[in-house]
Amino acid sequence: MKVVYTDVLVIGGGLAGLRVAVGVKRRGLDALILSLVPAKRSHSAAAQGGMQASLGNSAMGAGDNEDVHFEDTVRGSDWGADQRVVRMFVNTAPKAVRELAAWGVPWSRVARGDRESVVNAQKITITENDDAHGLITARDFGGTKKWRTCYTSDGTGHTMLYALGDQAIAHGIPVLERQEALSLIHDGGRCHGAVVRDLITGELTAYLARATTIATGGYGRIYKVSTNAIICEGTGIALALETGVAPLGNMEAVQFHPTAIITAGILTTEGCRGDGGVLRDVDGHRFMPDYEPEKKELASRDVVSRRMTEHMRKGKGVPSRYGEHLWLDITGLGRAHIEKNLREVKDICEYFLGIDPVTEWIPVRPTQHYSMGGIRTDHTGQSPTLKGLFSCGEAACWDLHGFNRLGGNSVAETVVAGMLVAEYIADFCESEAGAVSVGSDLVRHFIEREQRRLDELLGRGEGESATELRDRMEAVMMDKVGIFRTGEELESAVSELRELLVRSRNIAVRTGTRGANPELVTAYRVQKMLKIALCVAQGALLRTESRGAHFREDFPQRNDRDWLKRTLATWADEADDLPSIGYEDIDVNAMELPPGFRGYGTRNHVDHPDTETRLAEVEQIVDGLGAADRFRRQEALMEYASLLPEKYRGRNERLLEKLP
Amino acid sequence: MTGNGEAVARGEGAAGRRLRISVLRYNPQDPQSRPHLQTFEVEEAPSMTLFVALNDIRDHQEPSLQFDFVCRAGICGSCAMLINGRPGLACRTLTSSLGERITLAPLPFFELIGDLSVNTGKWMRGMSERLEAWIHASGEVDIARLEERMEPELAEQIYELERCIECGCCLAACGTARMREGFVGAVGLNKIARLRLDPRDRRSDADYYDLIGDDNGVFGCMTLLGCQDVCPKNLDLQTQIAYMRRKMLRAAILPAS
Repeated sequence: MKVVYTDVLVIGGGLAGLRVAVGVKRRGLDALILSLVPAKRSHSAAAQGGMQASLGNSAMGAGDNEDVHFEDTVRGSDWGADQRVVRMFVNTAPKAVRELAAWGVPWSRVARGDRESVVNAQKITITENDDAHGLITARDFGGTKKWRTCYTSDGTGHTMLYALGDQAIAHGIPVLERQEALSLIHDGGRCHGAVVRDLITGELTAYLARATTIATGGYGRIYKVSTNAIICEGTGIALALETGVAPLGNMEAVQFHPTAIITAGILTTEGCRGDGGVLRDVDGHRFMPDYEPEKKELASRDVVSRRMTEHMRKGKGVPSRYGEHLWLDITGLGRAHIEKNLREVKDICEYFLGIDPVTEWIPVRPTQHYSMGGIRTDHTGQSPTLKGLFSCGEAACWDLHGFNRLGGNSVAETVVAGMLVAEYIADFCESEAGAVSVGSDLVRHFIEREQRRLDELLGRGEGESATELRDRMEAVMMDKVGIFRTGEELESAVSELRELLVRSRNIAVRTGTRGANPELVTAYRVQKMLKIALCVAQGALLRTESRGAHFREDFPQRNDRDWLKRTLATWADEADDLPSIGYEDIDVNAMELPPGFRGYGTRNHVDHPDTETRLAEVEQIVDGLGAADRFRRQEALMEYASLLPEKYRGRNERLLEKLP
Repeated sequence: MTGNGEAVARGEGAAGRRLRISVLRYNPQDPQSRPHLQTFEVEEAPSMTLFVALNDIRDHQEPSLQFDFVCRAGICGSCAMLINGRPGLACRTLTSSLGERITLAPLPFFELIGDLSVNTGKWMRGMSERLEAWIHASGEVDIARLEERMEPELAEQIYELERCIECGCCLAACGTARMREGFVGAVGLNKIARLRLDPRDRRSDADYYDLIGDDNGVFGCMTLLGCQDVCPKNLDLQTQIAYMRRKMLRAAILPAS
């Protein structure tokens, strides 16, 4: 039995995992990262747009601060977010951007003077102040009141990931590549590490740690088409689910992006429409103004995706070998603009479609993009029920995004959560609770269990085909647990997924190799993915309301009275073929920003009985403070600073808010 | 006017071809395995990339076939391989850009994991450690305060060099790397050029000279230009190497500068 000890085991080598590892290492602990792929190849690299942080340097961001970022994020979440976590996040985001700047991210900078820009298809001139010259600039993104998204040309995620990857190397943190965790080692109350399979040799090793952190990203690949990298299969999240103890939160909250190219599902940025691109149907007709006369193509992501799907259902989609799609037309923007500002889009069109978007329309359709759900944690990133298990980034339900994430808040969350959770983990490791106390019997039990499962897959002569089950699962999720959901379709999805899960217990792997064996990998991953898919489908079936990205055609209202709560899914028994679903109330009386109209989409919700009282209370508190500054006002409404690690509690300096 | 996009999306234009894809197969983990070419027939689909074709083969013909894809969008650098003898990213190579007979082989120079899968990650980490390829700052920064300013053009220049995705194509196409195992390659020299450009890295040319001032570094390059020919990100590698060579020569002659 091979055993490796460390202080902090980090599963996942993307932005969140790397930042956690660097953070705990700086606190004097040993850290070890396990990754399916080299860290710099993680899906974090794919983030093009940028990272939200209210620096307020550029003219279009002037006046921005934590309060504005907070409100945008809570409204975006459709009040599903934990508002204390949102506060912790918005206060740390500027620090995270500045830390990354110090570590080498070449953030795009403010240039003094006039520049041309395109806003709502109109050319405008923006004048930047002298005193902002050389500071980090920001661009516009959906659902934000200010231009707040810091970026590096068209490769933000790439530059962030490389800076952090280099920091991990500088700190001497081992990143063990091509290692896959198969299960957590735990005793029902305390997590002690993981059983890990070497994807090259097939060897199993027990990694034991004071704290184990899952930072494995989202679960987009349970859908047939996703913008996610192919490693985003949700199998990291399934590790927590399979303990039977740790719950997953809001798994039904899945975001669809309006414009991914067909076949490959690769994203073309929102900037295409932001800069004046339009959507067309099979007749070449620009249809969005028919549905959204005011916002047209620039309504929020969930709204545009829903309208596109609605239009295709009316028979207005363009048929193709790969299913129906619509057209994204950016030909009106001209060659110069596209080659300068939408270089990535042009590359994608050339390489993947063999077309030139300067003269040709781009075939697009709404595509799975982001997982709001994940391993439920408290504000420290720790599982409320399995001590020593932490999670952050897209893999976690912290819960920053509620039922809809704003663009630019995802990479921001990875590094901010990484910074904060690293401190809480270090505190945990230094506390009594963080002592290692695991018996070798327990470790042997888990290693032998995983070995037995692999042996069964390899030894079964006859059985189910893993790829067939995977293809069917992807299709069911796509067709029945997509943008528009109905009770009837969800019932049918759950029933078929259950059937697939039962069949997956009888998968036979034809390739007998114990070492590198892609067929074996697919087999054990599909078993995990089916459980994740069932959490999504069952959660969606039971949630009889519409909130954020979760839209029920049979229950189109947001219903705060009955559904202002977080879904919790656990897998109580390995023999079960359904998750157990429970709920956690979201307390209106503790909210700084009580529920209301988001300011976009349809005004159509049922109030929570406490909302009116809390609104009055908030008004009274604000009135009572008179001329107090925004910091005192905020503190009076919802204290959160004491939750932050001490070193990150301070205010953020801005051009208009100098620190002493 | 929709032109080609419509043709691609409708599935016109590429119908009917049967591709014959020959893959160099070898599993070093298996003592029985011998390197050999195995040929698969695949019906070509419109917009088919080598990512789609290889997965089709693995799903329907040869489940043991090893290859590496992650982003499948040309940004992560996982899938570099020899495509008809030339290093390139398989994920963004459309089969329609190739003939009916396609030969795929693993990237040379790197440790072979099996079939088309090579261990670029291990090599890149080793290179980064050797070259200390991270920002060497002068001290901790107070992140609550305004960030240090940088000229917008300089940030753009740094980003141009930072676009490297460590795919390994440059080393696979490099004559020096073939002869000199310790050569850091265009990827390593570009990284130092990027750090040198960055005022946040406080090292001097003398420091960089210690890292790349030899035949495994900037003086090993024979200027064959293979790296630049195949770089999927079109980085101007040769200019960077020539520039660094001049600077390093200067550092050697005038060590005080």
